[in-house]
Amino acid sequence: METLIEFFSFEYPNIKYVVFGTILLSISSAVVGCFTFIKKKSLVGDVISHAVLPGICISFLASGSKDPFLLIIGAFISGWISILVMDAIIQNTKIKEDAATGLSLSVFFGIGILLMTYIQHSGNAAQSGLDTFLFGKAAALVGKDLLAFSIIAIAVLLTVYLFYKEFKVISFDPQYAKVIGLPIKRLEMILTSITVLAVVTGIQAVGVVLMAAMLITPASAARFWTNRLSMMILLASLFGAFSGICGAFISYSAPSMPTGPWMVMILSIIALLSFFFAPRKGIVIRQWRRFTIKKQLLEENLLKAFYRIGENNGDHFMKIAINDLRLIRNFAPSQLAKGLRKLRINGYVEKNNESWKLTNEGFEKGKRVTRLHRLWELYLTKYLRIAPDHVHEDADTIEHVITPELEAKLEALLDYPTADPHQSSIPK
Amino acid sequence: MDAFLIILTGSLVAVSCAILGSFLILRKMSMVGDAISHSVLPGIVIAFFIAGSMQSIWMLIGAGILGVLTTFLIEFFHQKGRLQTDASIGVTFTWLFALGVILVTYYAGNAHIDQDCILHGEIAYVPIDLIYNSDGDVIGPKAVIILSFVLAVIVAFVILFYKELFITTFDPSFAQAIGISTSKWHYLLMGLVSLTTVASFESVGAILVVALLIAPAASAYLITTKLKLMLVLSSLFGILSSFLGYWLSYLLDGSIAGAIVTISGAIFAICYATVRLKK
Amino acid sequence: MIQHVENPALEIHDLTVSYDKKPVLWGIDLSIPKGALCGIIGPNGAGKSTLIKAIMDLVEMNSGYVKLFDQSLEEVRKKISYVPQRESVDWDFPASVLDVVLMGRYASLGLFKSPRKADKEAALKALEMVGMDKYAKRQISQLSGGQQQRVFLARALTQNADIYFLDEPFAGVDAATEKAIFKILQDLSKEGKTIVVVHHDLQSVENYFDWIILLNLRLVASGPTKEVFTPSLLEETYGGKLTLLTEVGELVQKGEFEAREKQ
Repeated sequence: METLIEFFSFEYPNIKYVVFGTILLSISSAVVGCFTFIKKKSLVGDVISHAVLPGICISFLASGSKDPFLLIIGAFISGWISILVMDAIIQNTKIKEDAATGLSLSVFFGIGILLMTYIQHSGNAAQSGLDTFLFGKAAALVGKDLLAFSIIAIAVLLTVYLFYKEFKVISFDPQYAKVIGLPIKRLEMILTSITVLAVVTGIQAVGVVLMAAMLITPASAARFWTNRLSMMILLASLFGAFSGICGAFISYSAPSMPTGPWMVMILSIIALLSFFFAPRKGIVIRQWRRFTIKKQLLEENLLKAFYRIGENNGDHFMKIAINDLRLIRNFAPSQLAKGLRKLRINGYVEKNNESWKLTNEGFEKGKRVTRLHRLWELYLTKYLRIAPDHVHEDADTIEHVITPELEAKLEALLDYPTADPHQSSIPK
Repeated sequence: MDAFLIILTGSLVAVSCAILGSFLILRKMSMVGDAISHSVLPGIVIAFFIAGSMQSIWMLIGAGILGVLTTFLIEFFHQKGRLQTDASIGVTFTWLFALGVILVTYYAGNAHIDQDCILHGEIAYVPIDLIYNSDGDVIGPKAVIILSFVLAVIVAFVILFYKELFITTFDPSFAQAIGISTSKWHYLLMGLVSLTTVASFESVGAILVVALLIAPAASAYLITTKLKLMLVLSSLFGILSSFLGYWLSYLLDGSIAGAIVTISGAIFAICYATVRLKK
Repeated sequence: MIQHVENPALEIHDLTVSYDKKPVLWGIDLSIPKGALCGIIGPNGAGKSTLIKAIMDLVEMNSGYVKLFDQSLEEVRKKISYVPQRESVDWDFPASVLDVVLMGRYASLGLFKSPRKADKEAALKALEMVGMDKYAKRQISQLSGGQQQRVFLARALTQNADIYFLDEPFAGVDAATEKAIFKILQDLSKEGKTIVVVHHDLQSVENYFDWIILLNLRLVASGPTKEVFTPSLLEETYGGKLTLLTEVGELVQKGEFEAREKQ
């Protein structure tokens, strides 16, 4: 706790810089990642992050210095080349996208490793620290490095802000972009350039291998919460920023812990939580909804059974035994008990001794389900030419789905019928 | 002698990868191979934690489980979560790899797995790491023995089930229609990719395995139109990369694995140029 | 107009299929007589291919069952042949024409066995039937669209099946190929084999098929061509989708309902 307070009081200016830097880096990659995500080219980030390594090494070999701007230029160039190589392979040969992606990233990385080990073994004292690019080190973000990376991150964000509309169109629907006369090639070039820049700066924080996550994971997580791109970018940035703060905190409180992997871990946890629990799209939520629908079906089916017994006997409010219900439909006994209890709690049925009886509300509901069932059966026989003895099962599902508007349409289409295909009356 | 052992190890890895990689690229699943090669890491570390040593059998099992789990998770997020495939791959492998690195740091004192080793392995240590029999006599270098075993499994697998691999790769729906389970062969193949990754882990590093999975196979795919020839050619390219790579690394005094990959990239470039010039 | 037959080659009972939770085929009930040369006709997105895939158990059914010669698919798999859409595979695949045709024999070979001489002879014979015997050694990447389709048909022929399902075999092929393929299908039909073809060219329907299935999310008609291929039924098939059906389908998808309640 104390460390936490100490950390957030920003007593040491160093912490401020590191926090500021990691947040900026995380946000710029998250924002760019949203575009690669909707273009379904998420793994491009992986390619670029591996491919900057040879650029960094060559730039160092050529200049002999670790000046961040020079290294970034080298990284930028080799990142770009890797994309061009990938595209050339896809366009000019029968090799498909997946293999071109893997080929480009692994070969560039292999060359990078060769050069880096060559530099390390050459005994050049200035090289130490070059390998922070490999594994990243958020805490090392100080002074000139921080300045360089922050400028780039801000430039990336500014570009996205300026070209937001255009990027949106070329990512969602390049065909349409072409039709409305956008300069697609130039826009693509700008988008690729800022992707490369975001990757080059982000690597500093999390390293080559995990850089892909900084682009892909926030966007994937955000996608589960919204369908709108602007909202998605906002959420992804928040997720990125949060992981950035956590990363900076970890590198502060436990310097021996690997910052980058922890940042990715935090992002991944956010993503996993989103995959499972996001409202509407989450896996668990969808599963849960299916479960509640099952309960709804059971209750409606019970009311329908009540209604039909009443209909057969000419008295909708008669007392009914459990066994009578089971004659109408083969309810499982445990389900039956559960469903009846729920119906009683909600006031649709009443219980007297061992027999059950509909309330007014229950009667209305049972009537409506029966009505929809019979309307749909009629629709199926009339419009789908399904034999009357085959329509029951389908209607058993659809009766629960139809909304009042559809009900009205259905009725009008069938010309306000009074009887279903089995000559049972359709209750009003 | 050392040089021979290193080249032999490199070749064993390269041939195993080339064979499996050929099927991967034909199935358009190279990036799943890439994902597996990263995400076996936590399996290795956990296996190390359970077994208390770098005993290979545990590492193979741990990595095998993680590899299949990766394949499963990618499918799961895609099918059940409706996440697009590229993102599903990206999220899954980075997550597992991050977990692996965190675990490695946690046990850093005890294991001789470190981050460098993950990235590019240390094939140069192969001749030193020996296996002894109960009398204390040297049987041979550990990596060579394990990798020979893995290669033998792969070759046997491909020869015995060539027909099934061929049909499920080329036309999965026809295969399914005549009663051949596509998912079974899918998972078997991915299991073998994990096995190869982990067996190659110490010598070339998990990540450079990817290059050897894809580059030789892609080169062979460019210049041949026969599957059997593609398998042979990609293996030969793998061996050639291993030979020339060793020489290149000696010349530059750099990482052997990196050099092997560089050469495999050069071979691809030559194949690419040949095909382009012919047109 | 849905005509059922006694002792059918194919019987579909109350079949409902969903795609991503959205029903794309509703309550299909039909039967086809043995030896029929049957066309499945309907507009784009009507579920024609899905119907064949459901029969081959390649997509999951929500309800209903399919019987072939009064048995389940598993029991008669070896008597059934399936020709997928040509575009469903990657023709850059490194394989020769003969390799592909031999796949037709894999089902009867079983594990560990590689094709024998007899299998190769059968494959060559099938290639001869489709007029491709000279191309046996040719790589499949060098074939034209029509030749690819012939290869696929040859592969199916090696299976010596009793019933053939073909998914759009005439799509994007040259006139000569179309004629050749039709001739083969006709011969098979004369031998008493049952042929089911997904087809979308209305002009040739009357010449090609003696039995027709009209489909558009639901079954519009199934019966002998003369009785079914009428302007009014065609209009019903092609005259736009049933909007109500589509709307309900979307509701089912949105609400994550099972398209059929499990009883």
